[in-house]
Amino acid sequence: MSDREEFRTEVREWLDQNAPKSLVGHQVDELTGNWGGRNAVFDPPDMKAWLEVMAERGYTAPTWPREYGGGGLSNEMAKVLAEEVARKQLPPALSGFGLTMIGPTLLRYGNEEQKREHIPKICRGEIRWCQGYSEPDSGSDLASLQTRAVRDGDDFIINGQKVWTSYADLSDWIFALVRTDPDAKKQEGITFILIDMATPGVSVVPISLISGKSPFCETRFDDVRVPVRNVIGEINGGWTVAKALLGHERSMIASLFGSASGGDRRDGGGGALAGLGRSYLGVDSEGRVANPTLRDEIAQNEMDTKALGLTIRRASDSAKAGHQPGPESSLFKVYGTELNKRRTELAVRIAGPQALGWEGPGFEPDELQRTRDWLRARGNSIEGGTSEIQLNIIAKRVLGLPD
Amino acid sequence: MQLILTEDQELLAKTASDWVAEKSPVKRVRELRDRNDPDGFSRALWKEMAELGWVGIPFPESYGGAGMGLAELAVILEPLGRHLAPEPFLSNVLLAGQALLLGGSDAQQEAWLPRLIEGSALLSLAYQERDSRFDVDAVTTRATRDGDGWKLSGEKVQVLEGNSADALIVAARSEGGDRDPRGISLFLVEKGAPGLEVTPQRRLDSRAAAIVQLSDVPVSGASLVGGVGGGAGLLAQVVDRATAGLCAEMLGSMTEAFERTVQYLKDRTQFGVPIGSFQALKHRAAEMFIEVELARSTTMAAVRALDAEDAEAAKLVSLAKARCSDAGILVANEAVQMHGGIGMTDEHEIGFYLKRARAAELTFGDAAWHRDRWAKLSAY
Repeated sequence: MSDREEFRTEVREWLDQNAPKSLVGHQVDELTGNWGGRNAVFDPPDMKAWLEVMAERGYTAPTWPREYGGGGLSNEMAKVLAEEVARKQLPPALSGFGLTMIGPTLLRYGNEEQKREHIPKICRGEIRWCQGYSEPDSGSDLASLQTRAVRDGDDFIINGQKVWTSYADLSDWIFALVRTDPDAKKQEGITFILIDMATPGVSVVPISLISGKSPFCETRFDDVRVPVRNVIGEINGGWTVAKALLGHERSMIASLFGSASGGDRRDGGGGALAGLGRSYLGVDSEGRVANPTLRDEIAQNEMDTKALGLTIRRASDSAKAGHQPGPESSLFKVYGTELNKRRTELAVRIAGPQALGWEGPGFEPDELQRTRDWLRARGNSIEGGTSEIQLNIIAKRVLGLPD
Repeated sequence: MQLILTEDQELLAKTASDWVAEKSPVKRVRELRDRNDPDGFSRALWKEMAELGWVGIPFPESYGGAGMGLAELAVILEPLGRHLAPEPFLSNVLLAGQALLLGGSDAQQEAWLPRLIEGSALLSLAYQERDSRFDVDAVTTRATRDGDGWKLSGEKVQVLEGNSADALIVAARSEGGDRDPRGISLFLVEKGAPGLEVTPQRRLDSRAAAIVQLSDVPVSGASLVGGVGGGAGLLAQVVDRATAGLCAEMLGSMTEAFERTVQYLKDRTQFGVPIGSFQALKHRAAEMFIEVELARSTTMAAVRALDAEDAEAAKLVSLAKARCSDAGILVANEAVQMHGGIGMTDEHEIGFYLKRARAAELTFGDAAWHRDRWAKLSAY
């Protein structure tokens, strides 16, 4: 038996014995899983035991070094672990920006003290993190950010405002970009710093969207005192750290839309849109969706979805064959998000007036959700790098068009 | 199904790219057009391509072919498309050739395939009629029983390379209404048969095409390709394969048109700057890039699905043709627009790409037709 299969057997047995039975088959997506933190709510309660048992083995962060609380596994073995957890349809033991964003950043750019301070707490789900980048005046032009950090002995005094900070109201710490040199070229005066949300002067206000409640918040810093030892990398060298993270965020969003759109899924009798078409538009004497215009748009959307899925697969096949990432991967975010917008829009148009509900009687729950989804999807082409920025990037980096 | 080229395919692609670039520059299209060449392509070059083994790629080794598939054929069709090479892969290898391969008797295959593969015989499939639009079942050409044989009467249009063909495979109807899939048969008709008149047509893309008029053309029972009345099924299979092949050609043409346009954006200056620095044009160029990449993925999937006889192959062919049609037209229109005034001149080559893109779009079903087919195949 190979090492891989030996490990699989070991993990399978360990899961059988240690995974709380009540959670088997309780698969949830990353976004609704347990994000940990000082104020973590474990729903259902067994999620607490699940987190503990996985963290104890380092399995919440399987590929991170064991010395910081990770599992020390190779990518291959981590994949086996993920497969076995999925096989039992268990939810992820831990999710969040600690695992996906700040943890990898600390491992790459943090000093030893910072790694020992923060990474174990991330792995155990004790501390929940959020991201402080965008500001009201600095969105696409992030490097123009103005939140100011002024040196005062061993500390920085921070003043300013961050916006779109997801889950800031539920988070314990924030990693933020602040301006430490207002006279330098804008990218050269930025510092990447970690701030405890409990520090006096930090305040959070949730942001409501056109689609209703959202995880987004405004985070204000009023004379917030932060130790200089919380700087990751060099003072004024924060842009480099941030860029690495931004690319990572972009791939995450891209893969979210790549897979959510069905990828290579085989659509036997037409997918969700076709079903919606049959329900709201009826079928004609040939059994076809009775509105030819909308039927055509359904087909277009399904075909776009399939084309994107095939392109994602082509990029993946190419990577597996050892080739360098091709230019096609730069289209995923812009195409996937615009496709999702079209899909949610089409769903609403198919439903017609029944898609005009906000809440309450006369509308089915799925009708209400569909409307909210359409509204929320308008933001997909804005967050994580706007579609216009993506096209700029393609034009510049892939096509070499001049500035 | 891996959506990447194998090492062998990569090698074939490189060889084909280099060879076609050298032997078939785009200016050949203008030359053939301007002298009203009766064939519309070069028999000498066709022979060379046959000697390279390209014509025989999807045919069995027993007939002198390479015993490979559409995936390999696609690899050489792309550079041919890139340079708008007029040699008759579509009519000979993909239409008539596949009809013989999938439906021909042993005698027919032995009589024609080896000669086709070595480049010494030319065959065209005559299926399209004036009112067909994209429906291959729309056949009014009549096949009337005559003793052991048949008599064929009717008209076929835009028969690709029909003027040069040594034989035509003609779709004719022995029973059923004008668009009935039942009652269609395919007949092998040799050049010079009594009652057969072939007249060259001039198409905007300069591709060789002909009107074929049949006035009681006598054919033997042995001239049937496939069973009596079984033509629709055979045609459907053949056209799917030809569509996938056409997509590979379209991919080549659109890629070349796109690359020439991006280069033009970098080279052309106005108001003291390269026009490629204008954001509107950058965004439109990026949109084109996305469309071409998606067209590439779907084309690769379609040819591989056909080779693997995948249950989803027909849907994937429709997907590829729809995407290649839309992407091809987008790129071609943008190419002319972005080239400004010179793009509108006959002297400039970019117009040839527009014409080819339109012709390809309106062959074997446009995007709208294929969206409808996708929906039908998906049971809605």
